[in-house]
Amino acid sequence: MIPSSAFFVLAAVLFVLGVVAFFVKKDLLTQFMAVEVMLNAGNLAFLALAKALGKADGQAIVLFVITVAAAEAVIGLAIIVLVFRQRKTIQTDDLKDLKG
Amino acid sequence: MAWAVFLILSFLCIGSVVAMILSRNQAHSALFLVLSFSSLGGLFGLLDAPFAAAVQVLVYAGAIMVLFLFAIMMFNLRGELPARAKKLRLALTAGLGIVLLAELLLAGRKLVLGNPGAAQTAGGDTARLGHLLFSDYIYAFEITSLLILAALVGALALAGKKEGA
Repeated sequence: MIPSSAFFVLAAVLFVLGVVAFFVKKDLLTQFMAVEVMLNAGNLAFLALAKALGKADGQAIVLFVITVAAAEAVIGLAIIVLVFRQRKTIQTDDLKDLKG
Repeated sequence: MAWAVFLILSFLCIGSVVAMILSRNQAHSALFLVLSFSSLGGLFGLLDAPFAAAVQVLVYAGAIMVLFLFAIMMFNLRGELPARAKKLRLALTAGLGIVLLAELLLAGRKLVLGNPGAAQTAGGDTARLGHLLFSDYIYAFEITSLLILAALVGALALAGKKEGA
């Protein structure tokens, strides 16, 4: 039987990898993918807790998280498409008009 | 047996996320992420959550990543790979990652240490999940449909315009 602590450690590692990917990568699309990795780490922690507590509530929350992530991906990609249309680039280094 | 499956899936998951970080090609990154999310679906199955596992593979590895791949094909950024990240930026990111990991493990050490064995009660009964969704979480469930509608209309309003408009 796998202890739920193993899943928590995995979720923490996955979340940190998502954060690292977000800061290392320099284009909007890959950074957006890193956000999805972080969301999935959260989902894994929710499911591990749901199992540890013997309740199904964690699974319900995971379903909502996945739905919100899908909606967020749709809107985010639409915004990235808009940025690309207007600026012809999605590299964050080229998008620093707000930098003083 | 369960341990072997867990180790294989978690190495696959973490390894493909690392490969996604190291890859310089966006399409390769997206495909690595598909692998990562699929193995995460297997882990969800290991956690007695068969419905979440199915949704993970169908919606995440299927729908959302296909959306990403379509976007990548639309941009068609072949050739202009970003330059190597600066040393300072990498060092700062590594520091942040280590501190964050230590902080997460420290904050959750009660969970990590105090839970030697998972409870035996199966939390993963899909029928129970359905009852829960349509009783306790019925408002959240209905609001979710509104959210999806808003996302649909929003995406059309944002990206559906013609070039000149």
